[in-house]
Amino acid sequence: MLLDLREVHAHYGRAHILQGVTLSVAPGEVLALLGRNGAGKSTTMKAIMGLVRPSGGEVRFEGTDLAGREPHEIARAGIGYVPEERRIFTELTVAENLSVGRRPPRAGLEPWSEARIFEIFPPLAAMRARAGGRMSGGEQQMLTIGRTLMGNPRLLLLDEPSEGLAPVIVERMADAILRLKREGLTVLLSEQNLHFARIVADRAAVLEKGRIRWEGAMDALMADDAARAEFLAV
Amino acid sequence: MLENLLVQGLSGLASASSLFLVASGLTVIFGVTRIVNFAHGSLYMLGAYLAWTLVTGLPRGHLGFWGGVLGAALIVGVVGVLIEVLLLRRIYKAPELFQLLATFGVVLIVQDVALLVWGPQDLLGPRAPGLRGATEVFSVRFPLYELFLISVGPVVLVLLWLLFHRTRWGTLVRAATADREMVGALGVNQRMLFTTVFFLGAFLAGLGGALQLPRESVNLQMDLAVIAEAFVVVVIGGLGSLPGAFLAALLLGQMQAFGILIFPKITLVLAFLVMAVVLVVRPHGLLGKAPSTQHAAGPVEPLLRPSPREVRLLGWGLLALAVAVPPFLGDYALIVLTEIAVMMLFAASLHFIMGPGGMASFGHAAYFGLGAYGAALLVKHFAAPMELGLLAAPFAAGLAGVVFGWFCVRLSGVYAAMLTLAFAQIAWSAAFQWTELTGGDNGVLGVWPSGWASDKLTFYYLALALCTGATLLLRRAIFSPFGYALRAGRDSPLRAEAIGMDGFRIRWFAFVLAAVAAGIAGGVFAYAKGSVFPTYMAIPRSVDALLMVLLGGVQTVSGPIVGALAYTWLHEQLMRLFELWRLFLGGVILALVLFFPQGLAGAIGRRGGRE
Ligand SMILES: Nc1ncnc2c1ncn2[C@@H]1O[C@H](COP(=O)(O)OP(=O)(O)OP(=O)(O)O)[C@@H](O)[C@H]1O
Ligand SMILES: [Mg+2]
Repeated sequence: MLLDLREVHAHYGRAHILQGVTLSVAPGEVLALLGRNGAGKSTTMKAIMGLVRPSGGEVRFEGTDLAGREPHEIARAGIGYVPEERRIFTELTVAENLSVGRRPPRAGLEPWSEARIFEIFPPLAAMRARAGGRMSGGEQQMLTIGRTLMGNPRLLLLDEPSEGLAPVIVERMADAILRLKREGLTVLLSEQNLHFARIVADRAAVLEKGRIRWEGAMDALMADDAARAEFLAV
Repeated sequence: MLENLLVQGLSGLASASSLFLVASGLTVIFGVTRIVNFAHGSLYMLGAYLAWTLVTGLPRGHLGFWGGVLGAALIVGVVGVLIEVLLLRRIYKAPELFQLLATFGVVLIVQDVALLVWGPQDLLGPRAPGLRGATEVFSVRFPLYELFLISVGPVVLVLLWLLFHRTRWGTLVRAATADREMVGALGVNQRMLFTTVFFLGAFLAGLGGALQLPRESVNLQMDLAVIAEAFVVVVIGGLGSLPGAFLAALLLGQMQAFGILIFPKITLVLAFLVMAVVLVVRPHGLLGKAPSTQHAAGPVEPLLRPSPREVRLLGWGLLALAVAVPPFLGDYALIVLTEIAVMMLFAASLHFIMGPGGMASFGHAAYFGLGAYGAALLVKHFAAPMELGLLAAPFAAGLAGVVFGWFCVRLSGVYAAMLTLAFAQIAWSAAFQWTELTGGDNGVLGVWPSGWASDKLTFYYLALALCTGATLLLRRAIFSPFGYALRAGRDSPLRAEAIGMDGFRIRWFAFVLAAVAAGIAGGVFAYAKGSVFPTYMAIPRSVDALLMVLLGGVQTVSGPIVGALAYTWLHEQLMRLFELWRLFLGGVILALVLFFPQGLAGAIGRRGGRE
């Protein structure tokens, strides 16, 4: 397995948010992390990234324990994080945003370059010199993914990439992710949009109140009306 | 006449350059680390001293003037790195107040180190080779070196712009200024970034100081003088904006150059006026933006509760002792006790705006000192009796509180702290420079109590009554409806505004009240000592008050009283035992900040359990 979480707990102050999350991501797969608002999807990603210190359990990446590592060390180890709020540097241009994410090439991966990012997200090519703050939500979403790809990650943590986007853009996003997957990137995807998850994901894990309550093939979840009703229906 | 104005304008441009160097470093460091480096003026001073040593101390022709200047700036850059690595790196997560205080500790330490190494006398620097002469500018002779300095500002601005916009390091710094955490999650080592930014900021400050060498003598007052000006520049220009800092430095340089023609004695008053106008029109400075509240949710301060019964009983017991025992004490003990009573009120007045008000003041001594001067000037110029002087003290301080407070309470956090410090420095320099009125450095002597109170014991009782009375009134105010409104405004400003409370007026009133109380303390202090000096308003006295409040704990009502007792005693001992008490005090501050980053009160409260 590329990434293993075992019994991970996390707190915000007194609030016990993750209550023992256990899940694994195999190399090359896209795993959809599903769950209602507030289930703990984003917190799981932050715990992997070291942005929230797990208060218990273990996170392993390529077999090594990430305990106590700083976010920048985790990023350098090969995990790319795309936050839900996108967090574009609004004063920086598109090209500069991409350059912040740039890291040295990684063995066995084709290195990412600005040109290659523009190939997947063509709209960005036309706005190289535009400030990040003057872009639409969809364009910002492309930029934030591109920025993280520039770090040549082996594993991509994608937090709700379809959130707040028009259907056309969502489809383009799905295409981009499928393409990344074909090129061998492993993805952990947090989603609320089941339609989107179904297109791109191989497997699904469903969170509720900080615990994984369902795990299996994406198709199996789509076939299991009872599980969807219990854990996902609003 | 016209030529005269031209020369003034040019020399204003020349001083703007050094000011810009210091302010730009301050702004860049703040942008990335969110720390306002109060020690930035000390780095400037170190730059000047080191350049003096490198240029004059080394065998001739070794480094030369320019080598010396550059060498000094580089050494100061390294000193900045040491400060960052050894001190600030450990406290990036500590409350703002502690970070400010820590850099303050550095100010004190550098002052004594400079005193030790270079001695108390002013040092005269050499002229710059090749730029010794003067040139004709519109038929007026103008020193070449000044012309050179004028060009330094814009050149550095352009170089910095290139550095920040044309290098990857600069891109990373700008990104980190916007969102540090995200930059870290993208694999950038923030530590390296912070350290290099600190090097750059310190280097600029050191360069600014070193370049002053041919212009003015090097002395031990340079640090605080320049930091107050740099704060004014940064507040006017907008924190975080380099062009803003440049513009503001030009503005301030001109103000000071022409201020000499208008108010020859108090040039800083003009700076104050400019700042006032700018802040009214653009509260975040000329080119500044409103600080983002995105990732800045601080922890909610604990509520202030009335002291438990035992503490209250203990307090009354202490007061009973303070009344009953003194008749059996000697003069020295009475003097110390009087001072403790004064300091208790001084600390309580600062605590009033810091605890319930939630505003940090780094210039509270201004109101203490203005109280003292309010009384002393009446004595000096009108031979007023003590009773009148004691009335004038809170009045003078309160008036300053009304004016300064109106600006300070509009800002929050580090902005407010910088502004309070700048105001205090303005008040100090007015007292220092306006010799006709205040006697300048020599102070005002002969401020003695009236006949009936001239005996040490009687005066002690008078001081005790005034100070205890005022302290108790302040405590009353904390638990009055006004005090509740003040705390509500501190804890959730938006909600408080929503239910119709005018947060601004409430904070302003609290500020004035604190100033009045500090003024009473200052007035009593003046008569206790018999004299008043500009040092009453100087920054170390503001730090005294802060330390008293922090020692006692910001969020305990009895804190300032305990803090004043402990601190006055400690200070007395330190001054008696150590020649270099600033060094020692600075060390104590650093230890306090490093080992109790949550405050003493927080440390004790935390004993119960972790998280
Ligand atoms: N910074 C924070 N401080 C305190 N509580 C937080 C913080 N961030 C999230 N929470 C709480 O943690 C819980 C889990 O939040 P999280 O963001 O992980 O949910 P999510 O599954 O990503 O939800 P969504 O689909 O809305 O993004 C929520 O109850 C939320 O209120
Ligand atoms: Mg989320």
